[in-house]
Amino acid sequence: MHRTGELFGQYRTLEQQKETASLGMWVFLVTEILFFGGVFLAYTINRHAFPTAFGIGGNMLDLNLGFANTIVLIASSFTMAMSVWSAQTSHKKLVPIFLILTLVLGSVFLGIKVVEYKQKFDHHLIPGHSFDISYCSKNPTACGLSGKALEDEKKEIEEGIQAEKGNPKDPDEGGLVALNAHAQLYFSLYFGMTGLHALHMIIGAGLLFWLILEARKGRFDANYNTPVDNIGLYWHFVDIVWIFLFPLLYLINRHLA
Amino acid sequence: MQSQIPLYPEQASNFAPQVDTLVVFMMAVCLFFAVAICAAVIFFFFKYQRKHPDEIGVPIHGDLRLEITWIVLPFFLLLAMFGWGAVIYVDYRHTPTDTLDIYVIGKQWMWKLQQPDGRKEINELHVPVNRDVRLIMASEDVIHDFSVPAFRVKMDVVPGHYNTMWFRPTKVGKYHFFCSQYCGTNHAVMGGWVEVMEADEYAKWLSGTSGSGDPVSMGEKLYNELACNTCHLPDGKGRGPSYFGVYGSKVKLADGSTVTADDAYIRESILQPNAKIVAGYVPVMPSFQGLVTEDQILQLTAYIKSLKDQPPPGRPGATEPATGKK
Amino acid sequence: MSSAPITPSGGEKLPREHYLNATYGIRSWLLTTDHKRIALLYLISVTFFFFIGGIFASLIRIHLLTPGGYLVTPETYNKLFTMHGVAMIFFFLIPSIPAVLGNFLIPIMIGAKDLAFPKINLLSWYIYLVGGGFVLYSFATGGLDTGWTFYTPLSSIYSNSAVTPAVIGIFINGFSSILTGLNFIVTVHTMRAPGMTWMRLPLFVWAHYATSIIFILGTPVIAITLLLAGLERMFHLGFFNPAYGGDPILFQHMFWFYSHPAVYIMILPAMGVISEIIPTFARKPIFGYDFIAASSIGIAVIGFIVWAHHMFLTGQSTYSAVAFSFLTFLVAIPSAVKVFNWTSTLYKGSISFDTPMLYGLGFIGLFTIGGLTGLFLACLGLDIHLHDTYFVVAHFHYIMVGGAIMGYLGGIHFWWPKITGRLYPESLARIAAIVLFVGFNLTFFPQFILGFLGMPRRYHDYPPEYQVLNVMSTAGASILALGYLLPMVYLTWSMRYGKVAGKNPWPATGLEWTTDSPPLTENFHETPVVDWEVYDFEHRPELGLLGAVSKKPAPAHGDD
Repeated sequence: MHRTGELFGQYRTLEQQKETASLGMWVFLVTEILFFGGVFLAYTINRHAFPTAFGIGGNMLDLNLGFANTIVLIASSFTMAMSVWSAQTSHKKLVPIFLILTLVLGSVFLGIKVVEYKQKFDHHLIPGHSFDISYCSKNPTACGLSGKALEDEKKEIEEGIQAEKGNPKDPDEGGLVALNAHAQLYFSLYFGMTGLHALHMIIGAGLLFWLILEARKGRFDANYNTPVDNIGLYWHFVDIVWIFLFPLLYLINRHLA
Repeated sequence: MQSQIPLYPEQASNFAPQVDTLVVFMMAVCLFFAVAICAAVIFFFFKYQRKHPDEIGVPIHGDLRLEITWIVLPFFLLLAMFGWGAVIYVDYRHTPTDTLDIYVIGKQWMWKLQQPDGRKEINELHVPVNRDVRLIMASEDVIHDFSVPAFRVKMDVVPGHYNTMWFRPTKVGKYHFFCSQYCGTNHAVMGGWVEVMEADEYAKWLSGTSGSGDPVSMGEKLYNELACNTCHLPDGKGRGPSYFGVYGSKVKLADGSTVTADDAYIRESILQPNAKIVAGYVPVMPSFQGLVTEDQILQLTAYIKSLKDQPPPGRPGATEPATGKK
Repeated sequence: MSSAPITPSGGEKLPREHYLNATYGIRSWLLTTDHKRIALLYLISVTFFFFIGGIFASLIRIHLLTPGGYLVTPETYNKLFTMHGVAMIFFFLIPSIPAVLGNFLIPIMIGAKDLAFPKINLLSWYIYLVGGGFVLYSFATGGLDTGWTFYTPLSSIYSNSAVTPAVIGIFINGFSSILTGLNFIVTVHTMRAPGMTWMRLPLFVWAHYATSIIFILGTPVIAITLLLAGLERMFHLGFFNPAYGGDPILFQHMFWFYSHPAVYIMILPAMGVISEIIPTFARKPIFGYDFIAASSIGIAVIGFIVWAHHMFLTGQSTYSAVAFSFLTFLVAIPSAVKVFNWTSTLYKGSISFDTPMLYGLGFIGLFTIGGLTGLFLACLGLDIHLHDTYFVVAHFHYIMVGGAIMGYLGGIHFWWPKITGRLYPESLARIAAIVLFVGFNLTFFPQFILGFLGMPRRYHDYPPEYQVLNVMSTAGASILALGYLLPMVYLTWSMRYGKVAGKNPWPATGLEWTTDSPPLTENFHETPVVDWEVYDFEHRPELGLLGAVSKKPAPAHGDD
């Protein structure tokens, strides 16, 4: 581990060391783009194949919480950028402060995610044996649905069932079974994509934690700030992934009440 | 045109001569380059052998014209190969309008084929010569592939999709067909025969008047045609119990009860195989409901009955059927 | 044969201090960050998996001697070919040259002390072991019978074998590849010595750079594909299962998007090895350096847009098939450019027939045949007949065994003196190379004919008319096996008893040959400054060769 930017074994100059670390992080992020790209591809193809079921699934997501998460993450990218700036301009004391703010905002994001996931669990939207897209329209009190929202949801489910009837891929089953199969596909992708993203956030949180400890020792300044720089890159990348996830999952085909 | 040493299958469809001609062209081009390269390598290798231990070669770094030549010339050859192959493929993927349509279902590990009049076959395909035939194929489980080397055709059979392929048989005869997409345990034995017949023979076969024989030999024929023999091995070690010595004997079932193997038992085993499972075997037999007529059930029963005095596997002369391996 | 073999200048003693004796003890190996030691750790592990894959191959060929196939049950046979494929592709071929020779040589070739990220290099090896562990666990607890291609829904629903641990193992192993690729790319960009410009890089380095691009862009996609297939199997989800609305063809697209470039991962490094061997043993610069370097990048790029040529018969649209066929023919051009350039390098050379050269020439012949038969498969009209037959099996074995493995063995022999400080026994090595070449052709050439006759692949049983060719193939395989066993024996022997090699026994022109054999841990006594062009025998009097004029000062290029 580098201490106060001393030259490490295989490098000849500090400049080379810094350039190498940066390039390494950029190349790593390219691989992450391909990694996430795979699930995005699967999502896009399936969305195209099952627009009705995916539309219904998307409407079950809590728009308020998703929007809040987006604001939280963008704010955290701002605080992260501020900590990089602080390091580059040798405001040593500010560096850990901004990093802590970033970590706090990141944790808020994860907390909101937990709330969302729990909601899905309560509404029988976790893929598996107990998955049922029509659960909330049949048990409105359990889901806190009432009035117009309940009417809208019932209508949407009914339309979905009608649309799925006679689907040549599931000719024998009634519309609800097909709707459930396709909606389950939506939620599998939802949990897969947001879960993968959350995993990267957790790793990012771990990195931030380490970075805070180092920053509090006053290690980062204009001469040496490579770790702040690179972890900042990683954090921004994770933010950008969310910027794509949010519209794809929450916003397409949204029916506002 | 089949040579003594088999190097290529018979040509039995409209596509076969087209494919073979293209092969000859490609072989000629590829052989030319392969021989040229190998000859050059060998020639240079011997001509420029090191004569003195400290000798070096002549430093030639490259030649732009040569590079361009051997990029551009092969490019045109490749274009020709691509174009020719694409033409055959496009023809293959555009089914002509007036075809004899046959429905094919692949499942682990057998093929069910249905003729236009509804007549069904298992692991066998009868077609008339010189007629455009279209196969409309689906899978009940995993991906399979229906391939006929003598016709030079094949097509994947994908669950959730309908895939079609077409060909025009040009030569009467019997040709292998294979499953050509790995599909599990018995992928290698999931094949059969395509029988190309003259038009009138085909018509006769279709209407079922291809001559009758006595019930026992008809039953034995059916037992082979319907692929019963792939599971019900004579020694009882296959997936299903042996027929030897079964008729009239007491059969021990998986649930512990015993039953007499009479005509009704045999009929039920063919139509509802999971109703009574013999001890030591698992319920994997598909139902033949709709695949055999009552007539044919009687013939099968007659055949099984004819085996009742054969010694059951493992215990010569015993009256109880031996329990086979699972 | 009048050409006298090179008399190595060795004869003295090994250098007093080098990377092998710098530190002792098992911990100094298992916790090393020295790229050379990590290369040897990889050498041991990939050789182990080669044995495993080889044993499965032997059982397959013995089983196929008779149509009835009485050696093993159908289930076992299906597991044998699957496990052979998985072990060989993911745990031998893909890591072999990059992780063994690449790791060892790239830093030295560019004049650096180590790779950019030595600890990540070690991590790559441990990730490989963990992935390998999961796969071995799968082999041991029921085996794997889905084919290495894991097509759904067979793998995600119907197979009763140990699919999940295998999929986890391959997923984990992917990260080993990704990190190696990342390390190589960054190293080549930032760690070159002064004077080592891009156009002075050995072609071995160019080849690995191109390979690393594929590592980092392709491997994440197989990772996510297998992850989705594994989740489908574990939780009955429906991405690829039509019963739940999914599509098996989506799996194939995602799978082949990586697995096609993966085959270029397997061949590009071998081509890099050949590009080093030919100039060395012809004692002249490679013909067409720029074109060979560019063709490596070209193969990597075009290789990413041809994947659906594995799917011509799935029912995809005709337009799509035509497009992919055209692109596939295009990728033949850079490969052909390489073959022509290697052949031209022999013209007016001063050629010796040392073992590495024998492997190099064998590579040119076999890769040419393998590549040309690829054209048959790229050709749509022919692929209808040849898809999923033994023709395909023969084609890819010509490239992967006749090409990649011969490149690997050629490289091992060529750099053996540098890695161990000792020479292997030359006569025995030449015999082994010839045995391997002959055995290989006897094994796989009959399979082209089998395929054209229509014998499908992955068949545990076959109609009797295919037996003669199968017997020929198995007979060849026994000779091929001998060709592999011989080097394992004499190379091991030479580590102790081989003649001391000295710095540059051949001699060759790369930077790695200016340093000790075996090298110091930090590779060079002092940072080299490069002022000569690559493969230059003319202006290097220190090589001790005739016709060498005095050193022309080359224009200073600096780092770019």
